Amino acid sequence: MYVAVKGGEAAILATHDLVAEARRGDPAVPEITVAQIREQQALACARVMNEGSLYDKDLAALALKQSQGDVIEAAFLMRAYRTTLPRFGSSEPLDTAAMAIRRRVSATYKDLPGGQVLGPTYDYTHRLFDFALMEEGREAEPRKASAPLDATMPRVPDILGAEGLMEAEEPPAGDPRPFDLTRDPVSFPADRDVRLQSMARGDEGFLLGLGYSVQRGFGGSHPFVGEVRVGEVAVEFVPEELGFAVDLGEVTLTECQMVNQFQGSKDVPPQFTRGYGLVFGHSERKAMSMSLVDRALKSRDFGEATNYPAQQDEFVLYHADNVEAAGFVEHLKLPHYVDFQGELELIRRIRREREERLAQERGAKEQDTMPEAAE
Amino acid sequence: MTVHQMPADNTKPAYNYAYLDEQTKRMIRRALLKAVAVPGYQVPFGSREMPLARGWGTGGIQITAALIGPADTLKVIDQGADDTTNAVSIRKFFERTADARTSEATEEATIIQTRHRIPEAPLKSGQVMVYQVPMPEPLRKLEPREAETRKMHAWAEYGLMQVKLYESIARFGEVTTTYDYPVMVNGRYVMSPSPIPKFDNPKMHMSPALQLFGAGREKRIYALPPYTSVKSLDFEDHPFRIQSWSQPCGLCGAADSYLDEVVIDDRGGRMFVCSDSHYCETRRAEGHRGAMLGDAAASGLVEETNP
Amino acid sequence: MAIQDIISPGFSDPVFQSQAAFRALLTALSEPGTLQSVAADIIPPEGLATATATALLALADYETPVWLPETLRDGPAATWLRFHCGVALVDDPARAAFAVIDGAASEPKLAAFNPGNDQFPDRSTTVIVQVSGLDGGAGFSLSGPGIPGTRRVAPQGLRPGFTDELRQNGALYPLGVDVVLASGEGMIGLPRSTQIEEAR
Repeated sequence: MYVAVKGGEAAILATHDLVAEARRGDPAVPEITVAQIREQQALACARVMNEGSLYDKDLAALALKQSQGDVIEAAFLMRAYRTTLPRFGSSEPLDTAAMAIRRRVSATYKDLPGGQVLGPTYDYTHRLFDFALMEEGREAEPRKASAPLDATMPRVPDILGAEGLMEAEEPPAGDPRPFDLTRDPVSFPADRDVRLQSMARGDEGFLLGLGYSVQRGFGGSHPFVGEVRVGEVAVEFVPEELGFAVDLGEVTLTECQMVNQFQGSKDVPPQFTRGYGLVFGHSERKAMSMSLVDRALKSRDFGEATNYPAQQDEFVLYHADNVEAAGFVEHLKLPHYVDFQGELELIRRIRREREERLAQERGAKEQDTMPEAAE
Repeated sequence: MTVHQMPADNTKPAYNYAYLDEQTKRMIRRALLKAVAVPGYQVPFGSREMPLARGWGTGGIQITAALIGPADTLKVIDQGADDTTNAVSIRKFFERTADARTSEATEEATIIQTRHRIPEAPLKSGQVMVYQVPMPEPLRKLEPREAETRKMHAWAEYGLMQVKLYESIARFGEVTTTYDYPVMVNGRYVMSPSPIPKFDNPKMHMSPALQLFGAGREKRIYALPPYTSVKSLDFEDHPFRIQSWSQPCGLCGAADSYLDEVVIDDRGGRMFVCSDSHYCETRRAEGHRGAMLGDAAASGLVEETNP
Repeated sequence: MAIQDIISPGFSDPVFQSQAAFRALLTALSEPGTLQSVAADIIPPEGLATATATALLALADYETPVWLPETLRDGPAATWLRFHCGVALVDDPARAAFAVIDGAASEPKLAAFNPGNDQFPDRSTTVIVQVSGLDGGAGFSLSGPGIPGTRRVAPQGLRPGFTDELRQNGALYPLGVDVVLASGEGMIGLPRSTQIEEAR
């Protein structure tokens, strides 16, 4: 009997070997370690933790190693692992006011309690190659601060809030547990908790572009960076059986609060409104982009027009997820020849019928142009 | 040893049977029961992130994972064929995670997970078809906002769809949708049949098999119970028609199956072969010979084996 | 006394017993009127049929509020469901994802449960109606999705007017509750899509 040649399975297995070979590169070059990635590519690890929705620096570094540095593939690995983890519950709300500050800047005040803390930032580096980094073995000199940082670092929106100038943000009635879009399907219009969760795990590039579009006029906001802060925050959890909070450790976070204009309404006196961004690790660009889009997505709540993409929750939430987007864009590589055959059959037939019709019309025209047939 | 049996002290994680945890399976099972109770209605579900890419069958995989048990035999096809790369990959996933007994024989399978085709062999009572669906919303190309399409379904407002189909007739003399051709289910919901060729639409109507549809990325599940009315949208003066070919399958001579076009040289040479690889093999085993079978065997496209 | 001594055991092998129970329910609701049965693997608590208890073990958890008749709500059935499924029991029938009612009792009516809403008809209650038998009663015939032509059922121990309630429920389509008749290890699905042809 005849059977179709079956190469699929062997070919798939071969791709696994080839990818392992490509990942390793030249074996004469020492293999990179997960610890090296965790320590020396920390910003890439932070992005993988954000878009993978899982705070685990070692796994983020492993994901980057396994994916040859492909950040979206690494986020995908994190998420596929995360899905299988048991859920024990939700942590207590984090208190970012009590953050152990590494960096804190405000664009709205020249000076403020706690001061401006520049910390580690590329903001004032000149983007000139440091060719010395081509060589190994150079140790960075740890710098000691001349004085300790202030113990209290109030958040800028809280300072404005004390004066009644900042939009108050109260938890919804009963302070329910926030929605979890990794467990339940989202429906629209989406509430703020859903929007913030979606953006926190959304693609940095997509949110950056959307935030930029708001600034350029595709959305009418006039943002100021009230504050960006980076540092460590304690995570606490209350186990059912204990009934009191247990310290689980700390996470590195970046928080951005944008201050935006708002005219007020007949019920509310003029006040500033807030755009909020909170992400894992040192990820300022992501936190800032998120806070721009968060404010834009509040347009509907404030009765503003929602004409632009950044103001439309369905547009932002459905398209911010790069693991979903990458999957669907890349699925176009899969065979589609059954559907294409349907299109081929149709287009050939329509062309044939058109040719026949045109030929008939030409024939009729020739008849028409005969002098005796002219009207 | 399969992954779900790995002992806890193994360095690799031990996954649950069929990968998904039991709580997730319950959530999907509840959605499936509501889906069969309201045929053609898209039930939102908490689609999980799977170890396979979104758009590559994660909706179908989640449904199969919620269904499958030790008594099942699983068949996986893509484009009608068992040996296409993604079908192989999904079949291996269930062999690894659920010890699945698999088969390429349509009549032996209790669960058939498919992308883009319905097998040619008639389905039987007791079989379950699981369709992988990329875009479950048939109205999405007319109205991009989910908040709006949900209302259109709620109020059975399908005028826009009729207008779109009629515009196509006005322009081309026929409906130019060749796959993912919308259907009306049980006289109530307009439904996407998934991107199967319209050739397969009539097989859905009053099928004795249960048909389940999973869209993982879009987080929707819907269903057709057995013996459910499924009508392809059309007009009295332009009734629904399916594709036909001017020649039979080059390998098995079938004149009643959906054919794929295979380009065999760079001088315009074409061969048409069954898209349903198992159907074609079965016919050849029964002694049916297409006009190009000898050439195909000689060029290595099919091979001869001893029975 | 250990809690296991008071509460009868649930599934001994949750993965495969849940799977088998789900497949029976899936067939029951996709082929309305056919008699499906679950395995006699568990010892149900007093007041719940084996089929009822098995269905809830397979489907209910902390995400699905359950409604029980007052006679069961404070008894062993409630304790058993809380222990095995972690369910919250609710007083308001309209909030229930699953409900168990006695088919012979006059209340509550099917209309007391949640029929879903027009944008989300899936958010409706699944009502398990416990009856004294699944055949041999006064018959009525069914049609609709899952049924080639018509199919007769003849359950016993249903209150007068129950077929009218089913008919009214069907008239809400695509809204409405989905009914599972349960007795012993047997069950029959009557989803909202099923039309009651004639009662006799």
